[in-house]
Amino acid sequence: MGKLTIGSFPGLVGSLSLDFSVKLAEAAVRKGHSVDFWVSSNGTMLSKKGQRAFKDYPYLAKTIEELFKTGKFQACACEACAEARGYHKEDTMDGWIRKSMDWYLASCFSADRVLLIGGE
Amino acid sequence: MIKKLAFIVRSLPYKNEATRLALTHAIASQTVEIYLEDGDNVEPFLALVGDGVLCGLKNQSNKCYGITTMEQHITNALLLDLNVYYCKEDLERFGISEDQLVMDAESLGGDMKASIVPFSEIQAAMEAADHLQIF
Repeated sequence: MGKLTIGSFPGLVGSLSLDFSVKLAEAAVRKGHSVDFWVSSNGTMLSKKGQRAFKDYPYLAKTIEELFKTGKFQACACEACAEARGYHKEDTMDGWIRKSMDWYLASCFSADRVLLIGGE
Repeated sequence: MIKKLAFIVRSLPYKNEATRLALTHAIASQTVEIYLEDGDNVEPFLALVGDGVLCGLKNQSNKCYGITTMEQHITNALLLDLNVYYCKEDLERFGISEDQLVMDAESLGGDMKASIVPFSEIQAAMEAADHLQIF
C-alpha cells in the first residue's frame, strides 16, 4: 500500500473542495493506504474544535475523528494560517498537528502521490 | 536523495490566496530538512505561467491590503536560491518585458537570477519533477 499526501487549500464553508479532499482521504484509508492531510488557508477551519452538524453545511469533523482512529491518517493544519484566523492551539480538535509549511513538503518527500486540491 | 517539487503558479496575484500560498510553500523548503533524514531534501522550483506571470511585476504596492506583496515573495525566493521561471509566451501575451519583472534579489545580496523560458522548458521541468503542484 502506498502513501498519499493531500494538500487542501479551500474554505470549509463555501467550497466543496475540502469535502472532496476528506472524502478522498477516507476512500484511500479504507483501501489500506496511509494519508497525510495538510490544510492551509481557510482549510484550517477544519481543525477547529466544536464544529456542529447542520443539514445545509458540510460537517467533516466526525469523519476526521474516525480517520484518526485508523492509525493510517494524520492531519496537519498550517499554524500561521490558523493563527491568522484566530484559531489557536487551544481551539484545535484533538489529533491535529499544527506545523509550518515545511511539514507538508517533508510529507511530499516520502509520498507516493501528492494531490493538491482546491486553491480556487 | 533529493526530490524535485514543481510549484506552478498560474493564477492572478491578488484574486485569491492560492498564489501567495504557492510562493510561501515553495519558500518553506528552506527548513524542510528538520523533518528528513541526513542527505534527504527537497528541491522546489517556481514556474510562473498564464496570469501567474503578473506576480513578478516590479513596484507592487502593499497599501491596498497591507500584506506582503508577490514581488517581495519572489525576491525572497530568489534570495533563498530557488529557481524561478517566467513563461516567455505568456509575458509576450501581456506585453511584459524583462525590465518590468523581478529578476533577482541583488538588493538583498542574492546571486540567483530568474529565467524567462519558453513553456516547453517549463513543461520539461514539470516532467522531471517528482511531484507537481499547480496553484
